[in-house]
Formats: sequence, C-alpha cells, structure tokens
Amino acid sequence: MTALALPTARQEAWRYSDLEAVAAVWPVPPAERINVAAGESAVRIVAPQAGADGVVIADYAVDIAAGGTCAFFILNIAGRLGRIAIDVTLHDGAHFELGGAIVGGAGQTLEIVTTVNHVEPNATSNQVVRSVLAGTATSSFLGKVAVARDAQKTDASQSVKAMLLDRTATANAKPELEIFADDVKCAHGATVGELDRQALFYLESRGLPPAEAKALLLQAFVAGAFVALEDDGARADLEAKALAALEALL
Amino acid sequence: MLQINNLHAEVDGKPILKGLSLSINAGEVHAIMGPNGAGKSTLSYVLAGRPGYEVTEGTATLDGQDLLALDPHERAAAGLFLGFQYPVEIPGVSNLQFLRTALNAQRKSRGEAELSGAEFLKVARAQAQALGLDMEMLKRPVNVGFSGGEKKRNEMVQMGIIDPKMAILDETDSGLDIDALRVIGDGINRIMRKDDKAVLLITHYQRLLDYVRPDFVHVLANGRIVRSGGPELALELEREGYGAIAA
Ligand SMILES: Nc1ncnc2c1ncn2[C@@H]1O[C@H](COP(=O)(O)OP(=O)(O)OP(=O)(O)O)[C@@H](O)[C@H]1O
Ligand SMILES: [Mg+2]
Repeated sequence: MTALALPTARQEAWRYSDLEAVAAVWPVPPAERINVAAGESAVRIVAPQAGADGVVIADYAVDIAAGGTCAFFILNIAGRLGRIAIDVTLHDGAHFELGGAIVGGAGQTLEIVTTVNHVEPNATSNQVVRSVLAGTATSSFLGKVAVARDAQKTDASQSVKAMLLDRTATANAKPELEIFADDVKCAHGATVGELDRQALFYLESRGLPPAEAKALLLQAFVAGAFVALEDDGARADLEAKALAALEALL
Repeated sequence: MLQINNLHAEVDGKPILKGLSLSINAGEVHAIMGPNGAGKSTLSYVLAGRPGYEVTEGTATLDGQDLLALDPHERAAAGLFLGFQYPVEIPGVSNLQFLRTALNAQRKSRGEAELSGAEFLKVARAQAQALGLDMEMLKRPVNVGFSGGEKKRNEMVQMGIIDPKMAILDETDSGLDIDALRVIGDGINRIMRKDDKAVLLITHYQRLLDYVRPDFVHVLANGRIVRSGGPELALELEREGYGAIAA
C-alpha cells in the first residue's frame, strides 16, 4: 500500500484541519481495523495524550457484523492538532455508538470525523459530540452518514453541541447525508451556546467562586457525551480528565 | 447586622430601587411586603450581587462589611444567603455535588476546615429529613423535574446545610401546600431564629408570618420602604390592601 497524498483544504474531510501540522507528521499509519463479530459487542475508549505542540492523527476502520454493537468514547483534548477519524460499516441490525468530547483552548484544532455506512437494513447509529472551546481553538465534527439502497429501517442520529467560552473560538458541525433507501430515519441537531448566566449566578450565590461554578456547569455539559458508557470506572476516569482540561481553560 | 442606606439601583437602565433604607439587627426577623413589581426581588438580587443589577447610589453593609464591593460568592462566604423566588434548574449537576463544593468553598475562604464526603452527607441527610425532602432528590440534578414546592423545600435544605447568618427569603412560601408551609416555617425558625442571625422574609401573605413571627414588617412600594411597623401591620395590609398605603 502506497502512502496517500498529503490532504488539502479542498477535501471536505480536511477543510477545517491544521494542514501545516498534518504535513509535519505525514504520512500517517493506516487505519486500525476493528471487526466486531455477529452479535458481539465492543467498547473502545480513545483519549490520546500529547504535548502542546504534539500532533495526534488516529484512524479507525470498524466493521460491525449483523446484530453486533460497537461504542467509541473519545476525549479529544491533546495537542496542537488532535484528529480522530472513524469509518464504520454497519451490517444487518448492527449498532454504532459514538460519545465524543472535545475540550480545547489556545490555538488547538480538535476534530472528530466519522463516516457511518449503513450497508444493510435495520442498523442504527447514535452520535453525541460535546465541545468546549476557549481562546482561538477550533473544533470540528464532520459526520457523514451513507445509507445504501437496500438499507431500509436505518435509524441514524447525531447530536452536536458546542459551548464557546471566548468569541474567538470556532465550532464547526457538518452533517452530511447520502441516502439511497427510502424507509430511513436520520436526525441531526447542532447548537452553539454560551454558559447559562442564571445558573452561574445561582451557583455563585451559594458560595462557588466563578471558575468553580463554570467548571461545574461545563463538566455537566461535557459529561453528556459519556452517558452511554456503562463502565462506571471508565466513565469517572474520562470525566475527571475532562474536568482537568476544563479547569485549565478557566 | 444588615444596614441598607439610601439604596438606588437600576436594571437595563430602568431605576427600580429609589432610595431604600433598612436596618436589621442580629436576632431579628423582618418581613417585606408590597405590590407586584415594587422591587422586592430586585432588592434581594442587588444584595446578592446578581450581574445586571446596577447600584447607582447608596450603601449596603453586612456586619460592617461593604457588601456591594464583594462578588456574589464572597457575599455568600460573608454569611449572606438568598432563597430564590424562582430557583434555577441546572441539568447534569447533582445537588449534593454542588452543595458540597459550595459549602467547602465558603469554609475554605473563611479559613475553616473542609468537610469530608461523609461529614457532608451527614449534615445533608439531617437537613433533608428535617425539611421533608427525599434524600434521593438531593442526588438528582439541581431542581430539574422538581415541583414548585419541592424547589422551595430544596432552597431551605440548602440554607440548612450552608447555615448562613443573614437569610433573605424571597417568597419561599409561594407554591407550598398547607403542610409544607408549616414544615418550612419550622425549618426557618430552627435554622435562623438565633441571637446571632437575622432573616428578611419577602412575602405576600400573612400565613407564613403565622409560623415565622416577624419583629418588624415593612411595605415596599415603588422602590422604597413607605411604611414600617410591628407584626400587626401585616394583618392590617391583609385587611385593607396596599391602596391606601402605597398610593
Ligand atoms: N431585566 C429587567 N429589565 C427591565 N425591567 C425589569 C427587569 N427585571 C425586573 N424589572 C422590573 O423591575 C420591577 C421590579 O421587579 P421585582 O421583580 O423586583 O418586583 P417584585 O416586587 O419582586 O414583584 P413580585 O411581587 O411580583 O415578585 C418590575 O417592574 C419589573 O418589571
Ligand atoms: Mg419578586
């Protein structure tokens, strides 16, 4: 297999990326393959670590056989560029779950890019992404859902929410639907907001300093990405790491 | 304890408080009554430091400390507690987590030792039980899905846990059923009726004052205190309305 050409901003999946950072590490290793057998389930937690100048580019190619389930929980907080891309193929009745949290500041570029291919009927996918951004950080969620002609009864949903702590931060959310079947449910919701001032005042009036009050509200917001993670210990670990990243922004 | 002098405040450039003065000593319970829109909640927000409520003139001190110079959390640490007329819902943040963090932040800023998880739970359980709020509700997100009355109970549980020295309770009685009213009234007396504490009750009705007997009653109208008296003033107001007084 020959190395792929360096991506350019003209490619949809790379248009918001930090291409200078990409060039510095190109070519990247091929995608890690994950095959989930029929009826089996797999959980993958991805929380890369990197220094401020680090570059993280991680690709996954996931194939979920009939009736299987695969869940990805991502905490994307590290490096100048942090990019996690997942290409999923869903067979009959399979399910893909994504819970992604992005916490970034300064000039970080943090991306989650998914392509979910519903190639057979009855498969479902649910993707939840929560981003908190400060400084001139940029987050992107690019979520493509492709539904093949005979993939009837597909149910695909995406919920993408971002919270901007500074006016200079940017959140991109791009759903892309390619649907060739007709009996399909695809739901997509995206919002960008700021902290609820009333809630902040309520917390502060009970004695919480502003930074702690904000951290509490943001922690709750980010935790929305991990509710589907059943392992309490793993969830607590991700939430604690997310909180540490949030506190560093405040 | 609480000294308010010639307080003027505006919201969105609109003057709401127009020269309000009030003096509350330790050991006293004061009630403020007054028509809708008179500025009662505005007074409570101004004292608690809500952003957007701008003081243009006057002073407010708590035990001699300039309240208006403090941030909201510093006012709380100084001993001020506001029971909200409309408690805020905060999805995803549990009552217990929030209260423990808040209480410990206050204690830390006063140079007191922080409470451990177990110590805190003991205090929280005792207050919840005394005020008839199911402990399970304290594990849930702050006020989310609480009924109107449950929200008010929760405010009082918070007051019991925080144990402030000056409480301003904005219509804590509204939305409570008859039995809850007694429980809340008893709670206010138990937590706040002490020689070194004081309470400012904002209310529309005598019924709460039957349980928490005020030493003084004031009428707030059009941004100022227009009349003050003893407990009998509340009864007079209930009989005759604000018309004659607030005109
Ligand atoms: N954000 C705002 N912008 C403009 N006016 C405001 C704002 N908030 C409050 N007001 C006005 O200030 C006045 C006083 O309101 P406040 O809530 O203090 O009244 P209140 O005495 O507590 O009334 P109630 O008995 O109905 O609770 C009202 O006329 C209200 O409309
Ligand atoms: Mg009011």
